Amino acid sequence: MTDDTQRVSTARLLDRRDERVAHADTIGGMIGAFVDRVRSGDLGSLPVVVGLLIICTAFQSLNPVFLAPDNLVNLLFDCSTVGVISLGIVCILMVGEIDLSVGSVSGFSSALVGVLWVNQDWPVAVAIVTALVLGASIGALYAFLFNRLGMPSFVSTLSGLLAWLGLQLYLLGSSGSINLPYGSPLVNFGQMLVMPPIVSYVLAALAGVVVFATGYRMAVRRRAAGLSASSLGRLLLKGALVVIVLEFIVYYLNLARGVPWMFGLFVGLCVVMNYALKRTKWGRSMSAVGGNREAARRAGINVRRIHASAFMLCSTLAAAGGILAAARLASSSQQAGTGDVNLNAIAAAVIGGTSLFGGRGSAYSALLGIIVIQSIASGLTLLDLSSSLRYMITGAVLAVAVIVDSLARRSRVSHGRA
Amino acid sequence: MSTISDVDHPQEGPGEPVLRLRGISKNFGAVSALADVDLDVHAGEVVALVGDNGAGKSTLVKILAGVHQPSSGTIAFAGEHVLLSDPATALGLGIATVFQDLALCENLDVVANIFLGRELNPARLDEVSMEIRAWTLLNELSARIPSVREPVASLSGGQRQTVAIARSLLTEPKLILLDEPTAALGVAQTAEVLDLIERVRARGLGVIVISHNMEDVRAVADRIVVLRLGRNNGEFGPDVSNQDLVTAITGADENSVSRRANRRGAQQPREVLI
Repeated sequence: MTDDTQRVSTARLLDRRDERVAHADTIGGMIGAFVDRVRSGDLGSLPVVVGLLIICTAFQSLNPVFLAPDNLVNLLFDCSTVGVISLGIVCILMVGEIDLSVGSVSGFSSALVGVLWVNQDWPVAVAIVTALVLGASIGALYAFLFNRLGMPSFVSTLSGLLAWLGLQLYLLGSSGSINLPYGSPLVNFGQMLVMPPIVSYVLAALAGVVVFATGYRMAVRRRAAGLSASSLGRLLLKGALVVIVLEFIVYYLNLARGVPWMFGLFVGLCVVMNYALKRTKWGRSMSAVGGNREAARRAGINVRRIHASAFMLCSTLAAAGGILAAARLASSSQQAGTGDVNLNAIAAAVIGGTSLFGGRGSAYSALLGIIVIQSIASGLTLLDLSSSLRYMITGAVLAVAVIVDSLARRSRVSHGRA
Repeated sequence: MSTISDVDHPQEGPGEPVLRLRGISKNFGAVSALADVDLDVHAGEVVALVGDNGAGKSTLVKILAGVHQPSSGTIAFAGEHVLLSDPATALGLGIATVFQDLALCENLDVVANIFLGRELNPARLDEVSMEIRAWTLLNELSARIPSVREPVASLSGGQRQTVAIARSLLTEPKLILLDEPTAALGVAQTAEVLDLIERVRARGLGVIVISHNMEDVRAVADRIVVLRLGRNNGEFGPDVSNQDLVTAITGADENSVSRRANRRGAQQPREVLI
């Protein structure tokens, strides 16, 4: 192993011929590179981690229930609904557009499922698929307005916000809300179903194994091709860290009810989305369109289709989030999707590190961001604060997140990392 | 306007030209950017396109790249009439373009930019093969790129130019359009790019170079085509005098270059040029 590395390094790796570039190959070097990156404004998920630490310390000292496993399990149930919506926001922000109507779309789809399933006696699966398809059609409509009529997404989705809210109220009629039957699979999924402990432990371990295995395969291929590659030790360390952290979280949650399946679904969607954004041509095109639309067009990318896919994915995920929210509350009501849902979904993506200016983001930012947002909401609820204060505080957190994003962007530009 | 046709790469060449433009016009509203422009490029020939600002050089390049569509006129590529309706079509035919603004995505790294729109293995990007190919292309151009995994935002102007040229070579095109390739480059890098253009010509590709730098143009071009106010305004060989070129470009016989040439001509006979 060491012999091998030595031989390769004397032969000058294909990507290490330029002696002007510092390469962080040791663990100390990795830390140094990380510090440099943060100082130049490439913050990654650092603000989230710092934010979470502050939030946890503050609320835990005010109310010791906050970090109790029971509360955390509830928190994860609540996360998943808006989290799925936020995942769609990540998509649309990647191409540098915005969808302000995700809250209304989620409310509309929850009302639709209630009406079709409970009032019209449709099978629940058909009702859900119908809601998702309509969600996708809403995205297609935005894409048409944007691509063909040149309507800014800000305006089209703002009018959508009102229109779909109206449709939701119309569907629900005078009764104002529809109760979904307790004990039905959908409501159980939203309120009760948790993974058996053994499943959650295995999944957590699997995550670490996958991280290691993909990294190892990549390293082998790169070394065979004469490129620099991570060392075995570093990959093992990374995999082990993932396993340890996840197993601890799972263990802690299993002290209470366990890991909700709904949260599992949300994380699964995040993983799939992360793969799609990072490892496929489609994802590359999304970043390119968000970074420099004209360059993407000239490179032969079908920019309209990329925009359409982003709009449709965003609306579909908003509809999915609405269905999960209905399951969570066991009702489709006029309140669903109103209030702070919109803002929370957008704030979560931005807090998690997806740039409002397009071209930079990660699916995991939805996961991290929504945990921050939901922790604040949960902590404030535990403190018995009124929603007036909650709105003000959440608003302030969003403002801070956007300020951090803007400042980091300015710093990135001046450090040549745009 | 006199047209010199003593070109060392013969017009008749090996059969059909790679590219043949006939009567290309382009109007932007009331403005006529190009009017009835003809242009031929043969395989293994470097054609320099020169002209003043607003002469229509960049418009012509954008038409060939599929970014704009001509208002009238015909384009024949490799002997067949083609319709360059969008950039993808032009790329697919084998017309690669390096734009003046380079058209790079600053948020993506060098490999992603070189392969943008042509990624290997779309459902599961083959990063290793792409990185190797990127290094191979960059090394062929003797490029000095520190790392292909840094975002392009961290590169200098010359490095970005190199990345853009490397990208255009990726598809093994038949014709390369270079819009002001040396404008942002230092002395050594300019020499590299001129070398590169000759290497590309040696591979049998047609090259169109737009430049304001007459030295570069005469160093590398087989034929110099002058545009003026959107029209053809003469065609010269590489040994044309600076004075004739400037005259064709500006359309005025009387200018500082010609005045100085005349003064010198009066003092010391036949000792022209800068």
